[in-house]
Amino acid sequence: MSKLEIAVTVNGKKVSGTVEPRMSLLDFLRSEIGLTGTHMGCEHGVCGACSILLDDVPVRSCLMLAVQANNHSVTTVEGLCNDDGSTGELQDAFRDAHGMQCGYCTPGMLISAHALLEANKDPSVDDIKEAIGGNLCRCTGYIQIIESIQLAATRKVEAGSS
Amino acid sequence: MKPAPFEYTLAETVEEVVALLDDSEGDAVIIAGGQTLMPMMALRMARPEMVVDINGIEDLAGIIEDADEVIIKACTRQTTALESAIVAGRIPLLAKAIAFVGHQQTRNRGTVGGSLSLGDPASEIPLAALTMNAHVTLQSVKGVRTVPIGEFFLGPMMTACESNELMVSVHFPCWPNSERIGTSFHEVNERHGDFAIVAAAAQIHLDDKGICTGAAVAIGGAHDRPIRVPGLEAKLLENKIDKEVIQLALQEISKAIEPFDDQHASADYRRRTAQTLAERAITDAVADAQAGLQ
Repeated sequence: MSKLEIAVTVNGKKVSGTVEPRMSLLDFLRSEIGLTGTHMGCEHGVCGACSILLDDVPVRSCLMLAVQANNHSVTTVEGLCNDDGSTGELQDAFRDAHGMQCGYCTPGMLISAHALLEANKDPSVDDIKEAIGGNLCRCTGYIQIIESIQLAATRKVEAGSS
Repeated sequence: MKPAPFEYTLAETVEEVVALLDDSEGDAVIIAGGQTLMPMMALRMARPEMVVDINGIEDLAGIIEDADEVIIKACTRQTTALESAIVAGRIPLLAKAIAFVGHQQTRNRGTVGGSLSLGDPASEIPLAALTMNAHVTLQSVKGVRTVPIGEFFLGPMMTACESNELMVSVHFPCWPNSERIGTSFHEVNERHGDFAIVAAAAQIHLDDKGICTGAAVAIGGAHDRPIRVPGLEAKLLENKIDKEVIQLALQEISKAIEPFDDQHASADYRRRTAQTLAERAITDAVADAQAGLQ
């Protein structure tokens, strides 16, 4: 089978590769360019661990072909870090409010939460539940995850007003 | 969990797509949102020789309206339809249905036409389209044809769309006097965002005295395809719809549906749930229409 050249902007940097058409965007991110922050869970669109932002909206990277990301922009969980590589505000809130246990679902939760907070500065608990509805946490730490997102929202508002 | 190898084409025009479909004699599949095709390929339930990507065709996405109908191009994202002011204003039942479809990550990729093309008997967008008497436009190398949605679903995951045809648009007729129309969508599922076990949709039109002048009620997940219940609708028409009228009309449902047993629910559960959800959908749609009267 023929391979195809692709060019994708990942976390602000242009990357290119030569891929088989059947390669998922998830496999491209993890295996081809080494960004293993995006997790591989169910690989058929159920768990949400592989969530990324495609042109700033959350999608499942296991349900896209890498070739479909050609000439598009992707943000992975690594892209939520500060420029110096330290954890970003949302990630800090997850740490401070114990928003993870085993951590497997965390990259997907962070991507969904990030997209929510970009669109809604003061989300209700229902807004948060809707936003993370497509992300499974098998440790069932949902309450702390919701509290982490609330904490991040509060800190953002405080930082903005001071 | 990796798809079998296939060739990939990013199509630029509808003509190119239908030519490829015609040449492939059934070995090519369309990828739009990919939210069903990708899992099917990962599980090797689908092993196409060629995948034709229609996401680059601008002409296949967008929502337009005229006096009589709203036209949704087949490759319009579900999120776009969910957030559309045209959909909210003119065909609100569709937005109420899409709120139950998957999650934000899947709605951001999944398309309106893709959901219809799949023909899942428990899927929400087909149920809403059936309730609204939509019709779909299919294109092949031979030309364009229009199929009423009532003739489009043939059985579980089977539709009237031939393997050499591409769905290009979905047409939703709008009832006149939209302020007197009420809509409602109800479903039961295991978790929010999952496929419905059973779902019911209703669109009710009242005149200024509160008499029912139009009724469309459909059930999903309780038959081999989404199904309208004309006998029930007839018993609502020309009546002032109250609890008694609804109870009498609901008896028509079990005559119309042939529910099935599976791992999610028994046929008996589906039969009872279809009645309960239809009752809620009709009641809420009437209340919604009455709110428009005041």
